[in-house]
Amino acid sequence: MSDELFFKTATELRGLLDDKSLSSVELLQSVIDRTKATDDKVQAYLDTNEEEALESAKASDERRAAGKTLGPLDGIPVSIKDLIVEKGKKARASSRILENFVSPYDATTITKLHEAGAIPWGRVNMDEFAMGSSTETSYYKKTANPWDLERTPGGSSGGSAACVSAGQTILSLGSDTGGSIRQPASLCGVVGMKPTYGTVSRYGLIAFASSLDQIGPFSRCVEDSAMLFDAISGHDPLDSTSYSGEIPKCTEALKEKKGPWKLGIPKEYFPESLDPEIRASIDAAIESYRAQGCEIVDVELPHTDLAIPVYYIIATAEASSNLSRYDGIRYTHRSEEATDALDIYFKSRGEGFGAEVKRRICLGSFVLSSGYYDAYYLRAQKVRNLIRKDFLNAFKQVDALLTPTSPTPAFKLGERMDDPITMYLSDIFTINVNLAGFPALSVPCGLTQSNLPIGLQIIGQPLKEDDLFSIAHSYEQAHDHWKLRPGL
Amino acid sequence: MSDTAHIDIEYIARLSRLTLTDEEKQLFSSQLEDILQHFEKLNEIDVSGEEPMAHPFPVFNVLGEDEPSETFTPEVALANAPKQRDNQLVVPKVVDDA
Repeated sequence: MSDELFFKTATELRGLLDDKSLSSVELLQSVIDRTKATDDKVQAYLDTNEEEALESAKASDERRAAGKTLGPLDGIPVSIKDLIVEKGKKARASSRILENFVSPYDATTITKLHEAGAIPWGRVNMDEFAMGSSTETSYYKKTANPWDLERTPGGSSGGSAACVSAGQTILSLGSDTGGSIRQPASLCGVVGMKPTYGTVSRYGLIAFASSLDQIGPFSRCVEDSAMLFDAISGHDPLDSTSYSGEIPKCTEALKEKKGPWKLGIPKEYFPESLDPEIRASIDAAIESYRAQGCEIVDVELPHTDLAIPVYYIIATAEASSNLSRYDGIRYTHRSEEATDALDIYFKSRGEGFGAEVKRRICLGSFVLSSGYYDAYYLRAQKVRNLIRKDFLNAFKQVDALLTPTSPTPAFKLGERMDDPITMYLSDIFTINVNLAGFPALSVPCGLTQSNLPIGLQIIGQPLKEDDLFSIAHSYEQAHDHWKLRPGL
Repeated sequence: MSDTAHIDIEYIARLSRLTLTDEEKQLFSSQLEDILQHFEKLNEIDVSGEEPMAHPFPVFNVLGEDEPSETFTPEVALANAPKQRDNQLVVPKVVDDA
């Protein structure tokens, strides 16, 4: 593993900060320098706020010197997906329509990062309004995969995955509506986790599909992921869908020795068409769990192949409604060409949204339109229930499910942009989890022969993130895949 | 659902309050029709008696106390407005002369 500061985990860095052999200012400076040296190639960042962040790092060092450290994340740099708002900073959702939007408030997750002493230091690229699986629908730039600059980092949180992978931050916050944390984490060789729906506040997360969206952590190891989850989770009265019961504290839970686990293998996630190198890596991971004494059981999720249609009906329906707020009147781009009020809507939205966003708004309007609502939207909601019941049934027998995160390794930039359906199929193993509301994470489990990362998806039970992290941690401890870094 | 493989893109764009170029109209019509073909799979299963699921977990009527709290000043609330005057949004005239 690299000895460079910017490639270390938050867990390692915390040790160095605590024994005073490193200051938070030095750490941040190393991340800033690394970003300056590499981001012309990776293109992960939209904005950085170095001066303000260095001030925060200095304050963190002063707290530490005074014995008043705020917690395990105090002094650790975190990058923020452009979908999560920060007071006084641009929040554009990588869209032209929010080109000049500066947020007047902090998202709850940002408030929690500040309370933990973590340092949000830059805003990273994503697919426009999180609609995409390659970060190529961004209005601003195309982000490259640090393992192969001709390939995409995945998406929609591609900027978050790429900057953690490239050593341009220590941690990152992303969001996951259909796989937007796990798929890019898999393609970039980092850990990405989608929490149980409702455990992390959506207040200040620019809405795409409200019944599916969750904010979650990107990191280099499972323990870091657990620390960041602990910092951002919890009930929030500002989000009416926020879970009000107890949420497990996961960093502590990792210290206990748990298991052996009963793990399910859903056959629907291993189709004939699965990339053979991915199949081999996942099979090896399954064998590794078996060697640890875990019981491996075959399970069935019979409605799996319906998830893509269900998702693209429900997510676009919710998006067409959520994105109606961008009217060109109140806080968005306004077309110079518009002559009357209705014209402002039409032209500002026509100019402000990119092709994928327009396509999804149109699809959402269609499935909600008079005469089609029952046939599409209502039917999809019923099938969604069947998908959820599949998971509930499977989990009667097992503690977690093991699957590939993505059916292929990172694909080439531009390769899928003209074919929406192929792009949509990039998320075939991740979207079911959002529809059901369950937690899941992707952990590195090897490289292909052409040196591209492969991710193992572990799907856990709702509100049992502690077990999910423990299961992932026991795999990580037995292997060195997570220690690999791109040769950038 | 099977008779719905046709998309009236003009109508849908109007519902969506979107100006689309001719190229976009042509492209989206054919792409959306392909996507709808993909949705046909949903007709193959029986959903009678199945409850629609709007949210992963049942959450109903979350009420807050009706207490006054701090809000944005007009200046802050309007800081992102594309056009404003005297703490108000400026839009073209929306009411016809009598």
